[in-house]
Amino acid sequence: MAYLQLDDIQKSFGDTHVIKGVSLEIDKGEFIVFVGPSGCGKSTLLRLIAGLESITSGRLSLDGKDITHTPSGKRDLAMVFQSYALYPHMSVFDNMSFALKLAGVSKDVIKSKVDYAAKTLNLTQYLARTPKELSGGQRQRVAIGRAIVRAPKVFLFDEPLSNLDAALRGNTRVEIHKLHRALGATSIYVTHDQVEAMTLADRVVVLRDGLIEQVGTPMELYDRPANQFVAQFIGMPSMNMVEAKAIPSFSAQTGGRLPADGFLGVRPEALRVRQGQGLGAPARVELIEALGADTLIHIDVGGVPLVARQNERTALQAGDAVSVELDPAVLHFFNREGRTVAA
Amino acid sequence: MSHLPTPVPETPPADPQGWLRAGAGSGRQDGAAGRLLPRALLAPAVAVLVLWMLAPLLMSIYFSFVNYNLMQPGERTFNGIENFHYFVTDPDFWPAVWNTLVLIGSVIVITVVLGVGLALLVNEPFPGRGIVRVLLISPFFVMPTVNALLWKHMMMNPIYGVLADLWRAFGAEPVDWLTDLPLFSVIIMVAWQWLPFACLIFITSLQSLDREQMEAARMDGATAFQRFGYLTLPHLGRPMAVVIMIEMIFLLSVFAEIAITTAGGPGNESTNLTYMIFKQSLMNFDVGVASAGALFAVVLANIVAAFLIRIIGKNLD
Amino acid sequence: MDENRLSLILRAVAAWIVTLLLFFPLGWLVLTSFKTELQAIHVPPLFIFEPTLDNFTEVQRRSDYLLFARNSLITSIGSTIIGLAIAAPAAYSMAFFRTRRTRDILMWMLSTKMMPAVGALVPIYVIAQTAGLLDTRSALTIVFTLSNLPIMVWMLYTSYKDIPPEILEAARMDGANLWTEFRHVVLPLSIGGLASTGLLCLILSWNEAFWALNLSSAKAGTLATMIASYSSPEGLFWAKLSAASVMAIAPIVVFGWFSQKQLVQGLTFGAVK
Repeated sequence: MAYLQLDDIQKSFGDTHVIKGVSLEIDKGEFIVFVGPSGCGKSTLLRLIAGLESITSGRLSLDGKDITHTPSGKRDLAMVFQSYALYPHMSVFDNMSFALKLAGVSKDVIKSKVDYAAKTLNLTQYLARTPKELSGGQRQRVAIGRAIVRAPKVFLFDEPLSNLDAALRGNTRVEIHKLHRALGATSIYVTHDQVEAMTLADRVVVLRDGLIEQVGTPMELYDRPANQFVAQFIGMPSMNMVEAKAIPSFSAQTGGRLPADGFLGVRPEALRVRQGQGLGAPARVELIEALGADTLIHIDVGGVPLVARQNERTALQAGDAVSVELDPAVLHFFNREGRTVAA
Repeated sequence: MSHLPTPVPETPPADPQGWLRAGAGSGRQDGAAGRLLPRALLAPAVAVLVLWMLAPLLMSIYFSFVNYNLMQPGERTFNGIENFHYFVTDPDFWPAVWNTLVLIGSVIVITVVLGVGLALLVNEPFPGRGIVRVLLISPFFVMPTVNALLWKHMMMNPIYGVLADLWRAFGAEPVDWLTDLPLFSVIIMVAWQWLPFACLIFITSLQSLDREQMEAARMDGATAFQRFGYLTLPHLGRPMAVVIMIEMIFLLSVFAEIAITTAGGPGNESTNLTYMIFKQSLMNFDVGVASAGALFAVVLANIVAAFLIRIIGKNLD
Repeated sequence: MDENRLSLILRAVAAWIVTLLLFFPLGWLVLTSFKTELQAIHVPPLFIFEPTLDNFTEVQRRSDYLLFARNSLITSIGSTIIGLAIAAPAAYSMAFFRTRRTRDILMWMLSTKMMPAVGALVPIYVIAQTAGLLDTRSALTIVFTLSNLPIMVWMLYTSYKDIPPEILEAARMDGANLWTEFRHVVLPLSIGGLASTGLLCLILSWNEAFWALNLSSAKAGTLATMIASYSSPEGLFWAKLSAASVMAIAPIVVFGWFSQKQLVQGLTFGAVK
């Protein structure tokens, strides 16, 4: 039995079936990320684990105990909300000590725990302030601090970085990562941002439409996506999808390994664009996006739009005639239904 | 990009009731929050209001079908729809209906038109705006009886009143307001009291006017009048509807101003429906007829209320 | 720039003129309360005069102002307290334990406020008479409470709804049960709403004239009825009327200045944002 185990969890709101049967095993100390497009049910799933919504059917167990019907406050879980959900009328100190106060912990113990958490998060000088007087990033840290103080069995994060501006998001992401390394606590983190998923996770759970599409380490998902959805969800810019027969030159380049029907998936970095005519498929440059370290080349290959990526500058310009080659080692093949097939 | 099934951004299922965004109480596992507690908390208010609604309604219905005069207790014979007939054929009835309509209509027109004008005037900052708002709002908080007597004596008295002085200052003969123009006088009193209400509503609504939309219109070359007509006025449409309906409901019940100043007169020139029913019940003590009249007023109010409820309901979620 | 300055000045002047005109009757009332009776009826009207406080003391003596003021206080404060006691739990229930019926119940409650008081005049009068409650403070307090209850429920409902649900969820995660959640989170955050709802009820009860005039007179009459008794004059009385009026309306007008926003919310049933 895993540390946190979900057995065929289902959730319906009235007639709407939102979570359609999710089973998952999470080990102690793992950092799990739930990722997926909006409406896929990732936040709902998190809230089911937290106990903020009731589970319609299925079983949830934590550390051997069945907590399917246990009230949230008794599950020994802590949640960091997207909007931080700090108590506006309480000081930072009171915010962080609220749970302990309710549990009847002595004042001294509370003080030492809160002080320690505040030091870890650089909040010591803000302990007397109220949330109104804090910046977004500081409030976020208070929300995390509130969870840390409780030393719960599992940390739950509900898109905690969405409300921060881009620069802060990057920094905070790194801090969360470091914190996890220091505390080693089991964590479930919900996000729609795949960069966060890839960088923070020990394992990623990709959800769509209330079901798990794939579970694996970030690299597994990247290198061996189970289906088209995962393949195009992970990776930025997303994987190029080509109908198997659409580009004759590709068929030639892959030595006939292409399946008769279905799709060919090629990541942008697996496409090589050379000036002029060559061994690859003939194409025309539509647009160049120079990002500094990387360059994205949007090309039109016989009517099929593709994106290539290279980590060098380019002299190519829109309208240039080019030839496009595949790296045959990193191709992905999908059948008509979207499932990965071996080549 | 590729003409192949790409992950379509899922739209969350349509959720007009807000169920999927669960309220704070849903998902609670505590026993107490099951069925019992919420109902118990709600019960007193509901029970008390049901009583408040039902008891008078049922009694009125009963009374309207019997012959009942408070001065002659014990005599309660059933007399069918005679009370209704009597009420409707009372010589005061049609004048009262007419007066009610004129009163409500005039006050609404005055308060809405002037209210919008004032709100526009006060919308942009200027020196002393805070004090102006406080002064403008004050008449609404004056109790109706003070309102009535303030106007009856201080303003409208034909000899010593301020308006009389004003008329004389222009060389004209002072008007005996309450005698010669009773309904108009009442309209002035009531309009003066409700103007701040309308004004405040419109001021509040103007605050939510989209500035950027205004600026875009300005850059498109719209004049001030055009901006008012095409942008401001439609934005005010909804609050105007609300003000009109709220005033319709509350102005139906204008009572104190009439009772204390003109007593409905001279004759029935300033009698409205409410005052007429009052006269029947507490002056003639004819409970039966008064109840018939009361039901009439209730039906009228229900019609207006139905529209207002629809507007509020839309705003609720 | 000049054009803007000009329009600003024009607007300011216009606004001030209109405001002073509209405020004039009230201002005149206050002014008159400091005059002697002769000064009050002086033609042309006096703006400069020697102020006196005689009227205020006279009003106290003559019409037993204190009795009526006490009745006003008791009935308004009483109806506010009772109203809050009934309305707050109901609003709490509807805000936090929302069901499919909640909206209908709320709408129904609001609709009861829209019924004309005159529709209930006869039955309530008969009931009061039968129960021996005519001209009693209890009757007035009950009627005021019931009249204002829908608005109070509505306003408290919106103030409870203003509490972000995530904060309550956070409290649940922190281990709060229903009671501790209420005590530590809901209550502190809704005190403001409670206060402004109470204030609004106070104002509405204090100013209530219809029921006060019809259900009470010498014993339980409120300030509204006291003023009404000045309508049939005996001798010169304008200055005293003004003084009595000022004493009757002053607290409420001042409260009103503070409760403008609640007024809009409450009296339009939230239909205007």
